[in-house]
Amino acid sequence: MNSSAAIELKNITKTFGSVIANKNVSLTVNKGEILSILGENGSGKTTLMNMISGIYYPDDGQIFIDGKEVVISSPRDAFDYKIGMIHQHFKLVDVFTATENIILGHEDKQNYNSKKATQKVKEICDMYGFEIDPTKKIYNMAVSEKQTVEIIKVLYRGADILILDEPTAVLTPQETEKLFNILRKMRDLGKAIIIITHKLNEVLELSDKVAVLRKGEYIGTVNTAETNESELTEMMVGKKISLNIERSVPVDPQDRLIVENIDCKNREGVKLLDNVSFTARSGEILGIAGIAGSGQRELLEAIAGLQHLETGKILYNNPKTGEVDDLKDKTPMQIRELGVRLSFVPEDRLGMGLVGNMDIAENMMLRSYRKGKSIFLERKSPRDLAEHIIEDLEVITPGVTTPVRRLSGGNIQKVLVGREISSAPTVLMAAYPVRGLDINSSYTIYNLLNGQKEKGVAVIFVGEDLDVLTELCDRIMVICGGKVTGIVDGRTTSKEEIGLLMTNSRGGENNEQK
Amino acid sequence: MLGIISNLITQTLGYSSTLLFGSTGEIITEKSGNLNLGTPGIMSLGGVFGVIGAYYYTTFVSNFNPLVSIIVTLLATIIGSLLTTLIYCFLTITLRANQNVTGLALTTFGVGLANFLGGIINNKAEGSSGVSAFPPIAMAYQTKLPFADNLGFIGKAFLSSGFMTYLAIIIAIITAIVIKRTRIGLNLRAVGENPATADAAGINVNRYKYVATCLGGVISGLGGLHLVMQYLSGGWNKSAVEQFGWLSVALVIFAVWRPLLSILGSVLFGALYVIPFSIPNLAPKNQQLLELLPYVVTIIVLAISSMRKKRETQPPESLGTTYFREER
Repeated sequence: MNSSAAIELKNITKTFGSVIANKNVSLTVNKGEILSILGENGSGKTTLMNMISGIYYPDDGQIFIDGKEVVISSPRDAFDYKIGMIHQHFKLVDVFTATENIILGHEDKQNYNSKKATQKVKEICDMYGFEIDPTKKIYNMAVSEKQTVEIIKVLYRGADILILDEPTAVLTPQETEKLFNILRKMRDLGKAIIIITHKLNEVLELSDKVAVLRKGEYIGTVNTAETNESELTEMMVGKKISLNIERSVPVDPQDRLIVENIDCKNREGVKLLDNVSFTARSGEILGIAGIAGSGQRELLEAIAGLQHLETGKILYNNPKTGEVDDLKDKTPMQIRELGVRLSFVPEDRLGMGLVGNMDIAENMMLRSYRKGKSIFLERKSPRDLAEHIIEDLEVITPGVTTPVRRLSGGNIQKVLVGREISSAPTVLMAAYPVRGLDINSSYTIYNLLNGQKEKGVAVIFVGEDLDVLTELCDRIMVICGGKVTGIVDGRTTSKEEIGLLMTNSRGGENNEQK
Repeated sequence: MLGIISNLITQTLGYSSTLLFGSTGEIITEKSGNLNLGTPGIMSLGGVFGVIGAYYYTTFVSNFNPLVSIIVTLLATIIGSLLTTLIYCFLTITLRANQNVTGLALTTFGVGLANFLGGIINNKAEGSSGVSAFPPIAMAYQTKLPFADNLGFIGKAFLSSGFMTYLAIIIAIITAIVIKRTRIGLNLRAVGENPATADAAGINVNRYKYVATCLGGVISGLGGLHLVMQYLSGGWNKSAVEQFGWLSVALVIFAVWRPLLSILGSVLFGALYVIPFSIPNLAPKNQQLLELLPYVVTIIVLAISSMRKKRETQPPESLGTTYFREER
């Protein structure tokens, strides 16, 4: 190989208070090479990359670029060393156009000239095969377009080292394939690429080398060609785990929730749900697939009583009384009392389920505070529940009194899902419960959902990983632009079939063969 | 008749300029993501520092020169409002204190201090009826454009104001161009919309916030000075400036954060302010009722602008929040 090291890290250490995020991490990435960084949640992948891109500053250790030791103390320094990072949460200004975002903060000697900038953006697009309208505003863009803007942004600045933090988390299979082709093209042009991901199949498909982190420590780097899924998992988790989801045949499924022709509009009058009908059955997992923002959130919120419906009915068969209730006329509190539970994990994990500044026990009380007999809060049972969840779901936390905000994403999600299933629901809705979770935690969550299913709960699971949807769900409903484009059998369908349904109303643009 | 109308227009422009200074300053500030509710306090202190400048100039300089008097009072105002704004900047940007609380505290502090200082000057100067006044300096501020009288009605109505009125409009136009058309403006808007993004793009977020807020504070302060020179003969009158400060903050929302619209808005608000005084033989209670108009319009405008949900007319996204890079 004629490649030389583009960037080299030696013994990097970073702590936040008493938490060690990175301990003695050493890595090398060569020019013309794709390195995957693999690790469980909270293993310090993002922290490490933030140090390279100047967001954080390492407590100890050295960084070498092209063989010379450098100090990166701000994002500007990182640009000067031609490092570009594409963050997991896009760093884009919503009301700016693509071009404005791309040239933001970039000082070329000439004056501000949006025409010239647009021209240069177009050149980059042609070179790598991006398709984007440089004058489109970010808030009008789909997720994949925003990501493209991010990538063009770092290329515009002439980056030679690209860091991508979980770039495929929000993409459809077709979009992911497109992205990978672009990344391969960049590699062939001599750029060094670091990609953070949880998805083992992507690691194996794309990267040349894999570096594994575990709990902040550097475990080792292996060549992708010489490894396999189970070896990587073992390095990551520290023990062998099984990667199979057991899918039992539904026992005695009964119609629990019947949704009939519901419509829902947002404040501007745009239809978010358009004539949606489906049935959720007890003892069954109904998957909902779709591109992010296709109406999944609104659908679950409608069932939970948080959205105003224009038309339609949501009928609930109460297994205790045998009565049929229309949830449309009920308040969220009444719906909850019927046993319909929403464990919603929005993009912002803390947004709807938990209060970040409160500790785990107090977050348990958010659901149980009405049960107290006296005027004072009863603290013992929520505390017991919190300890129970910490133990059962292996939540990593210093204690029940730690504010939830301080936990890593995966642990926050475990707390939320744990609380919702603790109340013995009859309908459990989980939206993106494994978003951003590592393999081990994800499988814990899948097992939890399966456990609920076996107890006869009607589980509605909104997911984004099609592999998981096809393995876990009994039936999968695909929605696109607020419309149901199909309900398929989870046992017989294929990823490709779902992928096509997901992009159904988008016209031919995204339906091209990969 | 024409004379009355042109007089009315000149009066309106006079009050409008104070509002325009105030709102242009606040727009620049808010574009950086800082909601400076200390503006009424800053404008009050800006005004009173002008009065202090005027007092010391007339006391210590024997041969009066209009130009020098203007420069001295301008400088005094700039220093006064800059120092006040720096308090706000230090608290909210460096120490990351809550912007609303800091701003409101600064208004209370600024108005109080301004009345205190103004009282001292009033005692010292002992002008007519216990209020200080520096008519020569005020006259210097009110000097009409030299060619105003030769241009008939238009000249009388629109060109007969002091230079501060035209300065306010020029500053508003320059601000509009800088925000919309230059790299500095682009960076500033990015800081106000999404400081984390701006930071990751290599923009010095704190520097932009400091500079924009200080510049905004100084421009607002000029509004206080203008009011003092135009309507109070260079003297200090309790809490005259504060209400214009609040109207300026409201005007920013009316103008949906656009300096050019704020020119129109300030003229409208100025007119609403002037009309009650200009109707002859109006009973006092009716006049007081009409004086409510600017505030009523503000409430209506707030109601309407909250209903419009277009993204471009929304406040800067991170308005009112503090930014810390390593926040998790």
